[in-house]
Amino acid sequence: MKSVPNFAFHFLGTQIAIITLASLASFATFANPHEYILANGLKLIVKEDHRSPVVISQIWYKAGSIDELNGTTGIAHALEHMMFKGTKKVRAGEFSRRIAEAGGRDNAFTGQDYTAYFQQLHKSRLSLAMGLEADRMRNLKLTKEDFIKEIKVVMEERRLRTDDQPRSVMHEKMMAVAYQSHPYARPIIGWMNDLENMSVHDAQDWYDRWYSPNNAVLVVIGDVNPIEVFSLAQKHYGKIKSRPVPSLAARKPQVEPPQIGTKRLVVKAPAQLSYLVMGYHAPALRNADTDWEPYALEMLAGVLDSNASSRLNKELVRNQRIASSVNASYDFAVRGPSMFYLEGTPSEGKTVTELEVSLRGEIEKLIRNGVTEEELTRVKAQVIASHVFQLDSTFYQAMQIGKLETIGLSHRDLDVMLKKLQFVTAEQVREVAKKYLIDDALTVAMLDPQPLEERSLVPSFSELRH
Amino acid sequence: MIRFLFFLFLSICSQTTFAVLPIQHWQTSSGAKVYFIESHNLPILDVGVDFVAGSGTDKPEKSGRASLTLHLLDLGAGSLSEDQISKTLADVGAQLSVHFNQDRAGVLLRTLSGEREREQALGILSHMIQRPDFPEDVMERERTRVIAGLKEAETKPEYIADRTLKKMLYGNHPYGLGSSGEITSLSTLRRQDLVDFHRSNYVSSNAVVSIMGDVNYAEATVIAERLSKDLPKGESGDSLPPATPPISETKRISHPATQSHILTAYIGLRRDDPDYYPLVVGNYILGGGGFASRLMAEIREKRGLAYSVYSSFSPLKEMGPFEISLQTKKEQSEEALKFTRDVLTNFIASGPTEKELIAARRNIIDGFPLRIDSNKKIIEYLAVIGFYSLPLSYFDDYVKAVGKVTVAQIREAFRRRIDSQGMVTVIVGAIEEK
Repeated sequence: MKSVPNFAFHFLGTQIAIITLASLASFATFANPHEYILANGLKLIVKEDHRSPVVISQIWYKAGSIDELNGTTGIAHALEHMMFKGTKKVRAGEFSRRIAEAGGRDNAFTGQDYTAYFQQLHKSRLSLAMGLEADRMRNLKLTKEDFIKEIKVVMEERRLRTDDQPRSVMHEKMMAVAYQSHPYARPIIGWMNDLENMSVHDAQDWYDRWYSPNNAVLVVIGDVNPIEVFSLAQKHYGKIKSRPVPSLAARKPQVEPPQIGTKRLVVKAPAQLSYLVMGYHAPALRNADTDWEPYALEMLAGVLDSNASSRLNKELVRNQRIASSVNASYDFAVRGPSMFYLEGTPSEGKTVTELEVSLRGEIEKLIRNGVTEEELTRVKAQVIASHVFQLDSTFYQAMQIGKLETIGLSHRDLDVMLKKLQFVTAEQVREVAKKYLIDDALTVAMLDPQPLEERSLVPSFSELRH
Repeated sequence: MIRFLFFLFLSICSQTTFAVLPIQHWQTSSGAKVYFIESHNLPILDVGVDFVAGSGTDKPEKSGRASLTLHLLDLGAGSLSEDQISKTLADVGAQLSVHFNQDRAGVLLRTLSGEREREQALGILSHMIQRPDFPEDVMERERTRVIAGLKEAETKPEYIADRTLKKMLYGNHPYGLGSSGEITSLSTLRRQDLVDFHRSNYVSSNAVVSIMGDVNYAEATVIAERLSKDLPKGESGDSLPPATPPISETKRISHPATQSHILTAYIGLRRDDPDYYPLVVGNYILGGGGFASRLMAEIREKRGLAYSVYSSFSPLKEMGPFEISLQTKKEQSEEALKFTRDVLTNFIASGPTEKELIAARRNIIDGFPLRIDSNKKIIEYLAVIGFYSLPLSYFDDYVKAVGKVTVAQIREAFRRRIDSQGMVTVIVGAIEEK
């Protein structure tokens, strides 16, 4: 709970992807989303899904680690934890307890570009969830005592998810190297020293700056009537006054200076196997209608790695057996710049350097010979199927809408995106590979595994049965 | 072919809705049990097939055989190569997943329900479970990968803690075996072992076929026949010995991580356990209910000692583990363990309050629709209902039984079933004694 997932927006495999397909129009349960804007600037998006008598309500704030400053990294996420500490009307911990007693589930997550809170419950309880959520949008009570306890929890979370996970440490350090000025260089959870020196005032400042209806998007999906949801939103959120919050367009762009040569880093950590990550700077989607490169890059990732017979797995794991696992990934739905990743674990007896050579070999081959129609058609089929499969989950549908809205795109772009992906050509895939997978834009991170010392059973007061 | 056919009408929520979830059930000509829910809301078809082929069916010297067998099913079958298999599925956007635990091994196919996509994907699933080839060369490669994965896992505190705990908890009982096996046992497995295991355990008489989604009854019967008629024949299932209480012990193992991983456990629930509902509802209050639970309140909210702390029952054919798990900064691991034990001891001694019970019941009963609000969730229930031969009225029974649980029943069941003095405990990342 109150966690920091790094949600990707991939259109393939098990990742998140939803689009209202033309072919689904006949399925009456999936009406197009309805969009409303309250007088105070809160945007509401409602999507009907009448399969089950449940509803999900997610509120997304356009404030994530990207908006943080040095010295207080991790504050977006720390505030997310503090949002469960009560208001004038609701005691600490009471929020989750009330949702639970109503048969619901609630949680929250912080990303680079956003902070979001959600409740899932029976449709008859939507008003309860909205009432509680609206209350803490303006009336949060932050105390020093609560903060001191909660920041310890956040530090435990950091130890659990980052410090003791070699690959997370590696990812964190790699970001810090790949970006020299852009805030994506900093971890969502924050540097430990910043957490140690964070105060309740930092939390209050962050809350006052960003938590306002005009900086939020409310997404409701389920067995609901849009007009009724709109009235509920009016009732609960309508009276909260807006505050001056810079729009996404008005925030400082912080454009990353061009990289001018390969960067390399080695990370030592207790592990058995080595690990390799190669990251190339790549563009994100800015205009769903006119951009084409992000779609081609998405297809490139698919050709390399969307199923077990895709190029990387087939060649490096199955045929050459140089790797125990490999993957390629790219996420165009981000507010800041994007990155195209190639990653892998070398087989026993092989080195990360050998794996890097092989991965580069695959990229060179692709640039030289292009991709086949057969490969591209297969990836496109997977894209469509994934979209349909994701319609099975209201949670993912809400995630996708919220994510697009908080990076400056619209939920309406989803349809455009699916269509555009279907039109990507083999030549475009080759072209973006040639343009972006270049040494000057590359950061290479290697995990140097450190053996654990012979594990010892710590001799101590044993507690045999008595 | 059709032996019997049931409909279950389920009323989940008293207030506003009357949800209907009709399960149709029959057996195929070869004896496989079929569970089907028809739903045309989405153009999706999910099909699962489960067998009595979990890690609990392994022998110590062949530990890892069950999991490797499942792993190899889609890497060569019906004379199709692994590459042909993955391409054929990808061409129609179909997805395969597997689930594996101590009792069962299962394959789950998700495909678009259009006839072309469905037929192509089902053709592959049919080959995989009925005609796996277990190519020698592929087996060699995968064995190497699994062993590499195990070596890596053996450096991770969470894995070390879990393996140590399960061995302490189950001793020589098959539930103590590692789910992917041991490096030594994996190294001696031969192709014939997998072939034999498939023949003895992937048999039609213990197969459970679950079907959920956009096909009609007639189509579902054809699918179930197709997926089971060529399965090996044979007697179903080896019998498991009952699990017995462990010898209480606490192990402290050093590790360079900054946090200690703490696990404490006892033998818990069987799927058909008479104490099922009091223990499950009680556990929600103790440590299963997230922020509504006592462990979370005491360890995280009150003291800031951990990010995650919970207790769980994992009901299996025989008694699965009852387990409490948390991670905390090394220096405070003994303190955190002490408070955790206090919460448990206190709960066993006094049971929950009436207020806690009412809240728990409300969450479980009113929240029940959330457990079955997608095809994916429903088919997972279908597989469990089928595999453990639970009644078709399971959903209905569940809600009713939870509604009847009393404070006294929970207290009595916990006292009788969980011996807080008899638990096994592991701390990985313990502070070394100077």
